[in-house]
Amino acid sequence: MNGNGSEANGALAVSMRDVTKVYQMGEVEVHALRGVSVDLEVGGFLVLLGPSGSGKSTLLNILGGLDVPTSGQVLYRGQDLTRADEGELTRYRRRRVGFVFQFYNLIPSLTARENVELVTEISEDPLPAQEALDIVGLADRSSHFPSQMSGGEQQRVAIARAIAKRPDILLCDEPTGALDITTGIQVLEALERVNRDYGATTAIITHNAAIATIADRVISLADGRISRQLVNETRAAASTIQW
Amino acid sequence: MIPALDRKLLRDLWRVRSMGLAIAVVVASGIALLVASLICFDSLETTRDRYYARNEFGDVFANAKRVPRWVAASLDELPGVVRADTRVVAGVTLDVPGTSEPVNGRLISLPDSGRPVLNGVTLRSGRWPDPGRAEEAIVNERFAQGHGLELGDQVFAVINGRRQRLEIVGTALSPEYVYAIAGGDLLPDPTRFGVFWMARRHLATAFDMEGGFNDISLSLAEGAAPEPAIAELDRLLESYGGLGAIPRAQQISHWYLQNELTGLRGMALLMPMIFLGIAAFLLNVVLRRMVAVQREQIAVLKAIGYSNLRLGLHFTQWAVVVSVLGGVLGIALGALMSAGMLSLYMEYFRFPDLIMRWSWGHILGALLACGAASVLGAAAAVKSVVRLPPAEAMRPAAPDTFRVSLLERLGLKRWLTQPLRMVLRNLARRPARAAMSVIGIAFSASIMVLASAAMDSFEELMQLQFNVVQRQDVTVTFFEPEGRAAYYELASVPGVVEVEPLNGASARLRNGNRNRQVGIQALQPDAKLQRVVGADYQPVRFDRTGLILSRKLADVLGVAPGDTLRVEALQGTRPERDMVVSATVDDLMGVSAYMEPEALRRFLSDSATMSGAALGIDPAARDSVYAALKGMPVVAGVALQHAMLENFETFVAENMNNTMAINLLFAMVIAFGVIYNTARISLSERSRELASMRVMGFTRAEIGVVLFGELAILTAAAIPVGLGLGYSMLAGMLAAYETELFRMPLVTEPATFAWASAAVVGAMGLSAAVVRHKLNRLDLVEVLKTRE
Repeated sequence: MNGNGSEANGALAVSMRDVTKVYQMGEVEVHALRGVSVDLEVGGFLVLLGPSGSGKSTLLNILGGLDVPTSGQVLYRGQDLTRADEGELTRYRRRRVGFVFQFYNLIPSLTARENVELVTEISEDPLPAQEALDIVGLADRSSHFPSQMSGGEQQRVAIARAIAKRPDILLCDEPTGALDITTGIQVLEALERVNRDYGATTAIITHNAAIATIADRVISLADGRISRQLVNETRAAASTIQW
Repeated sequence: MIPALDRKLLRDLWRVRSMGLAIAVVVASGIALLVASLICFDSLETTRDRYYARNEFGDVFANAKRVPRWVAASLDELPGVVRADTRVVAGVTLDVPGTSEPVNGRLISLPDSGRPVLNGVTLRSGRWPDPGRAEEAIVNERFAQGHGLELGDQVFAVINGRRQRLEIVGTALSPEYVYAIAGGDLLPDPTRFGVFWMARRHLATAFDMEGGFNDISLSLAEGAAPEPAIAELDRLLESYGGLGAIPRAQQISHWYLQNELTGLRGMALLMPMIFLGIAAFLLNVVLRRMVAVQREQIAVLKAIGYSNLRLGLHFTQWAVVVSVLGGVLGIALGALMSAGMLSLYMEYFRFPDLIMRWSWGHILGALLACGAASVLGAAAAVKSVVRLPPAEAMRPAAPDTFRVSLLERLGLKRWLTQPLRMVLRNLARRPARAAMSVIGIAFSASIMVLASAAMDSFEELMQLQFNVVQRQDVTVTFFEPEGRAAYYELASVPGVVEVEPLNGASARLRNGNRNRQVGIQALQPDAKLQRVVGADYQPVRFDRTGLILSRKLADVLGVAPGDTLRVEALQGTRPERDMVVSATVDDLMGVSAYMEPEALRRFLSDSATMSGAALGIDPAARDSVYAALKGMPVVAGVALQHAMLENFETFVAENMNNTMAINLLFAMVIAFGVIYNTARISLSERSRELASMRVMGFTRAEIGVVLFGELAILTAAAIPVGLGLGYSMLAGMLAAYETELFRMPLVTEPATFAWASAAVVGAMGLSAAVVRHKLNRLDLVEVLKTRE
């Protein structure tokens, strides 16, 4: 169930082993993850499926260095993230990880381009902001503020912002959750292109099973455990998805 | 059973308790000032009024040279007069054992039988003097305390060159000397001015007043105006060397007390208004934020049937609870403060007993003021609650609209990093709120400036008076105008290095129906010690013929240079003449008219040309000069420059430092209240942005720029505004305090501005530190999950 050594790009970006996560919610212990092992191959496109409460967001947060597991091990290119301190996790996020959220989380006081520059200003070898916007098809909207854009456009700016640093890993939490089908597909196409053209290891969490067809690997989570794993022999194009 | 909505209220209060508390402390500070000032005002006024009534403090006062006793009967006939008392009063030089310096004393006669009726003396210890014994006297309590005099101790009064022994048999207080200050002083000095009461018979003998008197007090019927009595009295005393009667309002002790009460009333109005205004602003900001955060909750409440009125009330209640909490805290604090303030007042104003007074009406007023501030603060937020349509509220709020800020449009854009642009645009998006924050912080700086600049001005007045205007070491005044002989006598005292004759004549200046009794001073054009100095700190040049007036005096009389005044001398042959006002001078102490010495002598047609002298002395010979002055029969009073300076410095050390500390504290409360709330609101509004940035890999320090950059800009903008505001408030205050006794120059030391700025920056640092703690605990995952 873990890393499939026979795949083309065998190198691992991230490797998780027997990860558990227990939250203390008031007087109740919530077991969000109960021993999960997942590998992310370099350049891979992973979809994490599962109902709410299945632990997929926790898994994504641990992958992205926003949270640390209760037990188990997380290695990023051999570096142990479970032992990293606050500063090391910040540097990890800053250099390696791009995030895309369900509710975009753009800075309303900055234009599209400036939102991207927010990241390029603190990165070592970023894409030019304009190029990042070009990739998501928003080159002509670069001087618009978030309040002047549609939800789909805002999410594409968020993707441009996430990829501008040339991340090793692109993590997306329900990126189409707040969008209708047409704009959702535009967003997925952008993610597909980034994965293909720039080789960013991509992981998307969603409860929408239709999206799973564009991944090369699909992991289903239920009750904090991996319930099913699937490798797609051929990836469908985002434009063909229907939901 | 508490209704559910009220439970929500309680939990909301608890949830934002730190902001609520910060606002409550601002309210408490304002109310504490209000209550303390009102308690002091009520207590002092009641104490004074009761004291005046019980001891029958006079309504009109007059001095003359010598009035025969039979005139006394006609005093009762003056318009409105209920009672008239006559006394013998004499200024003397005192020799107090253990003190080398000559001390100014005033001897006041006690009736030969019975006790004084007007200006009743309250015995504090010991007994009344035995009318049969010439040496027995009672002394004012503060002087006895200042010199550590006990019953049975002796001091000596120099009367006509003879040392007259005075034995202290009692200590006393008098309504005439609640504020016991020697003429010409700015501050009372308990060691430099002693009042003694003794049997009339002996005092009259010593001063050639047998069968006569030289001091008159009148009490008037309730509601009677003093002017008719004063006019008649002046006419009556004209042939006896009358020096012009004054109403109670101009009696010096009363004047100072009244001035202080007026100041207290001003403080009771102005300062609390500033504090409550700022509290209303802060309530407004916090409540509006609360409504924004609770949009969906409000919509649900409306959807299930809560009325606009009930919801509006719900949010108003939050503000009312916060400010009433502050109000109650402030009332308690104010009561405590008033005790401290009153004990300080009792140091300077002496009453037999203090009647603590507070009125429930004032307390109720304070609470109503809190209520008004909270309703004012809640109004805008409540309006937005009422206007929120339930369905609209269930949808997430649209992203805030922003624009490129003015600064960036001016071409600074490329110098700004994205976090800095965020800061600028956040500020530009709510200019009114930014402006209010700036004004709030500015007020705290201005209070600081006001507090310490008033001190700067007072110090400048002192330094100007003692180093530029009066450069002598000793000022001597004579009983009667003297001729050249007195000059040579002073000049021949070993240790006296310089003698400058002073000549002043008491006169009444009249312009139509406006008139003032003042001293006309003759000053040598080349005077080195006692000079007339204008606002430019340069000595004034003298015109041979004209009259130069203090600007304040010219204002009071309504004249300008070129106008003519009627001048009536109140001494000698009492000549009268019209004189032209040639100039006005911005002098700072007292009001005077000045003339060239020869012109004054011709006007008075008097050969005696000295009413006193300014002396420069050799510091090494101080004690022998003092001893010589004590023995001179012509000397009525001696003012010592160094004693006035030392007294001033003590006053500053005892009072001003306390006042400064309290003002600093209050200014910090405002600054902290405004900045902390601004920071907390920013944190609440931007937590999502800040969390996003943290997720993207920004460090805590980097996101701190967004949050604290805004505070820094607001504070930086507020400081110059506050310094300017403080300066104008100071100018206004000094203008309001401009009196005929003194005018304070408008000066501010750079250190004052530096201190005020530092205090505001300190408050910002403190707020930032507290908010930083919250920022560090920002839950990244949680913030991102929830929709705003």
